[in-house]
Amino acid sequence: MQATVMTATLRGVDALPVEVQADVTSGLPMFGIVGLGDAAVQEAKERVRSAVRAAGLEFPNARVIINLAPAPLRKHGTGFDLPIALAILAATRQIPSSVIEGSTAVGELALDGSVRAVPGMLAHAYAASRSGLDLLGPSAAMSAAAVVGCVRCRVVDHVTTLRQGEIDPRYPCCDVSVEPHGRPDLADVAGHHAAKRALEIAAAGGHNLLLVGPPGSGKTMLARRLGGILPPLNDDERMTTALVHSVAGIDERPALAGIRPFRAPHHSTSTVGLIGGGTPPRPGEVSLAHNGVLFLDELAEFGPATLQAMRQPMEDGTISLVRADGRVRYPAAFTLIGAMNPCPCGYLGDAEHRCTCSQPMIDRYTARIGGPLLDRIDMRIRVDRIDPGKILREDCEEEPSAEIAQRVISAIAFAGSRPPTRTLSGARLLEACRPQRAARSTLETLARTVGMSGRAVTRTLRVARTIADLDAQDSVCCDHILEAAGYRMSDVR
Amino acid sequence: MTEDTSKLGARGEEAAAQYLQRIGMTITERNWRCASGEVDIIALDGSELVFVEVKTRRSSAAGSPEEAVSPTKQKRLGKLARNYLAYSGLDSTPVRFDVIAIRVLAEDRALLRHHRAAFMVGT
Repeated sequence: MQATVMTATLRGVDALPVEVQADVTSGLPMFGIVGLGDAAVQEAKERVRSAVRAAGLEFPNARVIINLAPAPLRKHGTGFDLPIALAILAATRQIPSSVIEGSTAVGELALDGSVRAVPGMLAHAYAASRSGLDLLGPSAAMSAAAVVGCVRCRVVDHVTTLRQGEIDPRYPCCDVSVEPHGRPDLADVAGHHAAKRALEIAAAGGHNLLLVGPPGSGKTMLARRLGGILPPLNDDERMTTALVHSVAGIDERPALAGIRPFRAPHHSTSTVGLIGGGTPPRPGEVSLAHNGVLFLDELAEFGPATLQAMRQPMEDGTISLVRADGRVRYPAAFTLIGAMNPCPCGYLGDAEHRCTCSQPMIDRYTARIGGPLLDRIDMRIRVDRIDPGKILREDCEEEPSAEIAQRVISAIAFAGSRPPTRTLSGARLLEACRPQRAARSTLETLARTVGMSGRAVTRTLRVARTIADLDAQDSVCCDHILEAAGYRMSDVR
Repeated sequence: MTEDTSKLGARGEEAAAQYLQRIGMTITERNWRCASGEVDIIALDGSELVFVEVKTRRSSAAGSPEEAVSPTKQKRLGKLARNYLAYSGLDSTPVRFDVIAIRVLAEDRALLRHHRAAFMVGT
């Protein structure tokens, strides 16, 4: 007696269809799963056996063989539990075949027969909608299906549900609401107007930004407040970001509610943790920050190899991991915000403290970031300690994040249907910038004087375009170029 | 194995066989041997062919009798079952593996536990 149930396994952010075939024949009683499943898939045997019995159904005392097709594809995770149980129950005629027909099933089984959600429910819902199948799984599948839309759900929260025979498919509805959590406000930061302006430009154009300054000057405080001035995710971004979060097994609801991700991994993060990888492959921090901000505090303390590994995703907006058993691609279009001290002791260039570092020490320190990475950072800004008097004054009125966010949203609205500035280059960038003649010659002179790379010229123009957007100007003028170039050239020290 | 333990084992197997008959099973073989080893009892439960491993213990010092049926022993029993099926030509008969654990409490008293379908043979 045989039965086949459709399911899927995750590869990158996609759920690839997998057939679970069960063959139950008489013979020596055994339970085997073939088809390149990992340890979690092999452990399904114990969970399925217990769950089926706990639900008052019979686990066949026979030769049970499960094949996961296509057999050459590696399969990961616990989502195969439910499809395996369904295939066995259908093969032994304990459930009617109509339960599984026209559906794709996913879910992990607990020993008591209850069905649990697995990471990547959103990807599974997508796969179901692509193939026009109903999604059969726990209630959590409902909310995922509701987000994707036009997917019918058959909800099975416990294996006992299957004893009733039919499961009515329904169109799910759910509202994604997240309790607004108090985000830190830029109004709490006294002074630092240049840095705030830089944050505003970075938010409006998605430009990478490096904050350099002595300890305690407020770099981290400023960077952490960037989240509050970012525009909400648009529909497309919402889906792609939520998909990565779902696959990684972190709460995707904030992304679905339009909140841009703000990731701040510690500097001890490994290359795999930052870039993604492992077995089975998981998205790294760069992908979790997709369409949002990756904040690397103490940038110079990160492993040099780890930092350099970010160069390619910074340029391409995606990360492609090639392993022995194939290639996995994750989206990774993020804005990098770095914060670092100018030298090991931290006080280089400080007005009050004397720097105790020797020149070679300073050179070694800044070399950790490296030219190529620095070249990809559009804006660098010095954050100096501010006068204690300014901090202690109570009457100083600082602009709240909400107002800055409004300007950022207007700038993005002004840019309108133009593709995001960060993706523009060459002729399309020039067309978008429409630089005035004076602006063009200014940039040319600047580039020659300081020996800008081609990439540096492009990136300066992009920043200038964003500044013009904030100004609601169609063409980039001299002032825009000068401000943009100022952020690029300002000496890190 | 001392004389005493092998005698204990034999007595346990005898008790198990009597028990199985009492619950309506037909004993087809006792101590069936082949090159791979020995099966304590082979019986028919309706249409099902049952391979029974009997474990008898006088004390729980060395663990429960059931614990003695290790994965290795299970695998060996699987092999024995395959051999028996080939030898007897009962290829498509449904098969079950039972374990009977006997704990001797006193000279004339023992506790018998019967585990139906105690294990499956792995791949």
